[in-house]
Amino acid sequence: MNTQVTIAGVTLKNPVMTGSGTFGSGMEYGEFVDLNRLGAVVTKGVANVPWPGNPTPRVAEVYGGMLNAIGLQNPGIEVFCERDIPFLKQYDTKIIVNVCGKSVEDYLEVVDRLSHEEAVAMLEINVSCPNVKEGAIAFGQKADALYNITSEIKKHAKQPIIMKLSPNVTDITEMAKAAEAAGADALSLINTLTGMKIDIHRRKFALANKTGGMSGPAIKPVAVRMVYQASHAVKIPVIGMGGIATAEDAIEFILAGATAVSVGAMNFVNPYTTVEVVEGIEKYMQQYGVENLTDLIGAVND
Amino acid sequence: MKEKKLGKVISQKEISKNIFDMWIATDLADQAKPGQFIGVYPKDKSTILPRPISICEIDKEKKALRIVYRIAGAGTTEFSTYQVGDEVAILGTLGNGFPLEAGKGKKVFLIGGGIGVPPILEMAKQMDADKSILLGYRDGDLFLKEDFDIYGKVYVATEDGSVGTKGNVMDAIATNGLEAEAIFACGPMPMLRAIKRYAEEKGIKAYISLEEHMACGVGACLGCVVKTKEVDHHSHVHNARICTDGPVFDAEEVDI
Repeated sequence: MNTQVTIAGVTLKNPVMTGSGTFGSGMEYGEFVDLNRLGAVVTKGVANVPWPGNPTPRVAEVYGGMLNAIGLQNPGIEVFCERDIPFLKQYDTKIIVNVCGKSVEDYLEVVDRLSHEEAVAMLEINVSCPNVKEGAIAFGQKADALYNITSEIKKHAKQPIIMKLSPNVTDITEMAKAAEAAGADALSLINTLTGMKIDIHRRKFALANKTGGMSGPAIKPVAVRMVYQASHAVKIPVIGMGGIATAEDAIEFILAGATAVSVGAMNFVNPYTTVEVVEGIEKYMQQYGVENLTDLIGAVND
Repeated sequence: MKEKKLGKVISQKEISKNIFDMWIATDLADQAKPGQFIGVYPKDKSTILPRPISICEIDKEKKALRIVYRIAGAGTTEFSTYQVGDEVAILGTLGNGFPLEAGKGKKVFLIGGGIGVPPILEMAKQMDADKSILLGYRDGDLFLKEDFDIYGKVYVATEDGSVGTKGNVMDAIATNGLEAEAIFACGPMPMLRAIKRYAEEKGIKAYISLEEHMACGVGACLGCVVKTKEVDHHSHVHNARICTDGPVFDAEEVDI
């Protein structure tokens, strides 16, 4: 049985990764799961300089999921390269660094700095965080803006780039095609859905930022649909995510067309989710006599 | 080591209106420290996140933790229905806990206000110090007060003046002419701010336990932060994580 998948020439031991922002750089959940078991660790977004993030409350629970408006608090690329990369290098897993910025120059500074880091297998470009007012999402909701930033980053990046797409768009296929046309090596989706919660007793917004990104099991059907649409619109690999809680959920994404999957908010619910998904996928392959995981990609009967 | 595992309800009772007292059998008791908390998961699948609840008491022999919690929403309402023998999923133990050594051999105030009273109990039990215990309540419903009597002299303040000093715990300190060399406290933010100011005026240390809406509880999501005077060691941006760098902070270090 072969669970390997290859994305832009990078072979992962299995298709299970972590959703950016839900797993830090692996230190916190390394206490619960063996990071060596994961296909890749996708880090929390990192910018050229430290970002303080948004005021609190930053998180709120909603039916079947949660909202967050962290605002990409991060220590900046220097601390990240000195501390987080050496930590992750100890493990036999691929390192994918999520890159964020407020301007094209910000992104390029991080991408350039990471070009010296041979341990970093791929970059995931966050153009879809709904919680940062400048930059980020501004690049991810218009096809021409997405095309421009993707092609700029592609000129600088030494590693393959994964463009992380926002679901908060009219037509996901248009965005997927724009990123592909600009040279993206892969796509990941979905980032969180913009939402809002109001505390009716206090008549206040649940989040200081008023809006936040929704994640969790409740968004999974939306995510599966978008992964199906995007993966059928482009030739580059698609990494699927959105509410994955079990191996069954992960397989659903793979059958829809995802080459790999990420476990996000469910890490908070069950810190062992990532490894349970890895093991569950193996069981499913045994049960149905699937020799190569790649045989399952997009294998839903049309 | 932090773990998520199942515990079993040993006892549960309502000790005040909407305030419940539950003992849970769990070997997480082995590692538990006063001032730490656990994440308790509701079974209702419409909810996903663990509810951060402070540890009220630790019984290492029986391997059990006591939590005293107020009903605040659907999750805690569900917990209040649990019967003896029911299973409950717990993430723990979380947070740093109170620095007991900072009070050792000193005259200390242990202060709890409202639902901030429970986390003070295990500290009152374990701390080797000359303890004045100050408890603030809304009215004469002094939940848990009797549990403290054997661990030090207890002073009560009630907002309505029905028992002890009328007002808050700061009024109780003044009325009783109390003094201390260090303070350890948990309670509502206005109380913690008053304690921070008081400690600064007196030139003594205060260790305060903070709360914030949390998601992961283990330091990964950066949801629960507090502004800090010094650059925090995680993100280097003056935003410490309450769940892992706290919940107990040196009052001087936080901007509340």
